[in-house]
Amino acid sequence: MARAVTQQRKIINTVLAWGVGLLIFFPILWTILTSFKTEAQAISDPPVFLFFDWTLENYAVVQERSDYMRYLWNSVIIAGGSTVLGIIVAVPAAWSMAFVPSTRTKDILLWMLSTKMLPAVGVLYPIYLIFIKLGLLDSRTGLVIVLMLMNLPIIVWMLYTYFREIPGEILEAARMDGATLKEEILYVLTPMAVPGIASTLLLNFILAWNEAFWTLNLTAAKAAPLTAFIASYSSPEGLFYAKLSAASTMAIAPILILGWFSQKQLVSGLTFGAVK
Amino acid sequence: MSLKNSLLTATALAAVTAGGAFAETTVTIATVNNGDMIRMQGLTDEFTAANPDIKLEWVTLEENVLRQRVTQDIAAKGGQFDVMTIGTYEVPIWGSQGWLVSLNDMPEEWDADDLLPAIRGGLTVDGELYAAPFYGESSMVMYRTDLMEKAGLEMPAAPTWDFIKQAAAAMTDKDNEIYGICLRGKAGWGENMAFLTAMSNSFGARWFDENWQPELNGEEWTATVNYYMDLMNNYGPPGASTNGFNENLSLFQQGKCGMWIDATVAASFVTNPNDSTVADKVGFALAPDNGLGKRGNWLWAWSLAIPAGSDATDAAKKFVAWATSKDYTALVASKEGWANVPPGTRTSLYENPEYQSAAPFAEMTLGSINAADPTNPSVKPVPYTGVQFVAIPEFAGIATQVGQEISAALAGQQSVAEALEKAQALAADEMEAAGY
Repeated sequence: MARAVTQQRKIINTVLAWGVGLLIFFPILWTILTSFKTEAQAISDPPVFLFFDWTLENYAVVQERSDYMRYLWNSVIIAGGSTVLGIIVAVPAAWSMAFVPSTRTKDILLWMLSTKMLPAVGVLYPIYLIFIKLGLLDSRTGLVIVLMLMNLPIIVWMLYTYFREIPGEILEAARMDGATLKEEILYVLTPMAVPGIASTLLLNFILAWNEAFWTLNLTAAKAAPLTAFIASYSSPEGLFYAKLSAASTMAIAPILILGWFSQKQLVSGLTFGAVK
Repeated sequence: MSLKNSLLTATALAAVTAGGAFAETTVTIATVNNGDMIRMQGLTDEFTAANPDIKLEWVTLEENVLRQRVTQDIAAKGGQFDVMTIGTYEVPIWGSQGWLVSLNDMPEEWDADDLLPAIRGGLTVDGELYAAPFYGESSMVMYRTDLMEKAGLEMPAAPTWDFIKQAAAAMTDKDNEIYGICLRGKAGWGENMAFLTAMSNSFGARWFDENWQPELNGEEWTATVNYYMDLMNNYGPPGASTNGFNENLSLFQQGKCGMWIDATVAASFVTNPNDSTVADKVGFALAPDNGLGKRGNWLWAWSLAIPAGSDATDAAKKFVAWATSKDYTALVASKEGWANVPPGTRTSLYENPEYQSAAPFAEMTLGSINAADPTNPSVKPVPYTGVQFVAIPEFAGIATQVGQEISAALAGQQSVAEALEKAQALAADEMEAAGY
């Protein structure tokens, strides 16, 4: 009897999980399907799901009009650069907060998070002016710095919670054995926190990849990443949904594939530790 | 493997370009995503072949993103763009701020006198031409010839609002999802307020009197908005308060609208058999009037302007002169046919018999453009320029809020009188705060 209930619950859970998963994935699936339709089929009412004349025409048009590789390369550099830089800054910060907390550590953590509550547009103009002065407008370096700063609170918070799971005694033991601070962080702490660091890296890479406010406002022709590539296919006067979908599919494909392959690390990182 | 190949090719190409480079000027052009602009982008090589010392970089953005982006850059003197695609709303404001380079010294063969007077007037401040029109558009009535015939009516070339209402009533067949009239309902200064401001001109309304006092709760505005509500509530599609250009285009292409009053650029979409189910059943007429001497159509020109902070002014001017010249029109015609040339900027185009036969809506477009006068848009005198807008920096903000009130009234959340009272109050507040 008990077995039957478990079995039943298992089936319900599985169906539920699949249902929620499909619900979340549906908009992406619809975008991908629309990218293979003609413009007329893309807006047809009632909508067509699978039975339409599949066409690659939209991809051909997008390919011909835009230099996809240039946008892709910019996205890779900006997202990758800001994530790596963020980790380099955040690991020591999270180490000190987790292992040598002061009376103000909690406040500092909250204050860091509170900076995320300010709407980005509130600081657009000051940052724009600073960028003009420093000659960073439309440069990948500028975006790497801005996106790193934007995501830094999240990186520090994530690393802080992972580090807290690691017993301080292990680090102490290393210190007893004569490890310097650098060795302690590099050879003792980091290997133990690898799942946590990996999932922080991945999540921040995804956040930086999808970031559309700063990447649109601080770039023009040279440093524009895939967000600008998508924006160039949106039009308030003219129905170009199929082409827009093709451009969107091309922009999300790399990150979707990356997510697919790193699923295991992401999940194990997010559920890292005994209490979570 | 193919990714690797592409990367290798890209690197090789970059190396070749770098190796063969000589002193060249880069002109960065910010532009919107529409057919004529994309075509211009496709002809880049034609320009660079004739001007090997100039390199063109394109930044294409959605209209609203582009507007925000270029405004921010020009106000902060960021110098990101050498050529900006802007409209008749921005040019007078930016020109008088000293943000744009005057184009009065364009080469003689560019022929400024050939520009349509209404368009040229909208881009000129104190005798200085601040932008070169790339294409111009107005608004007009698009209607289903088959439904009109079925209703036993005939569309005059220059209809009145009363005829539009009569036809909308006769064409509406809600059981078969056919609605007599589709109009913009989505809130925004460039959405419902563009349509309503143009419509209000034909009802004798104006945004501000000669002393910059708003008149939104006055008789004429009340009559305009009541007429609009009457049309939309009785003969319009459901959920119209969220319909903009694209939503109405989609409804019309699927045969659900009897009439649609909107931008002239829509003519080429609704008559395209690849996208439209009613391509061979569309007729055109001038925007309606109310017998007061003004029609309810607007005037817009996407134009190319050079920001004062550009470090490549001469090269940018060369490009602007090329893209807005008669030769460019002829180039597009030779490659893609006369029907695809950018319309609405030059008198010579409308005198060209080849164009007249290729574009059946040419005469209607010209008539609509000539019927709009940006310096004298309504029946009574006004202190501003602009047909479907008021060319002051505060307008976009005020009109978007007013548009939200009217959109809320259309959605049934408040009465027209309430909406207009609120609109009047907020416009008066904003104008006072701005020091008018």
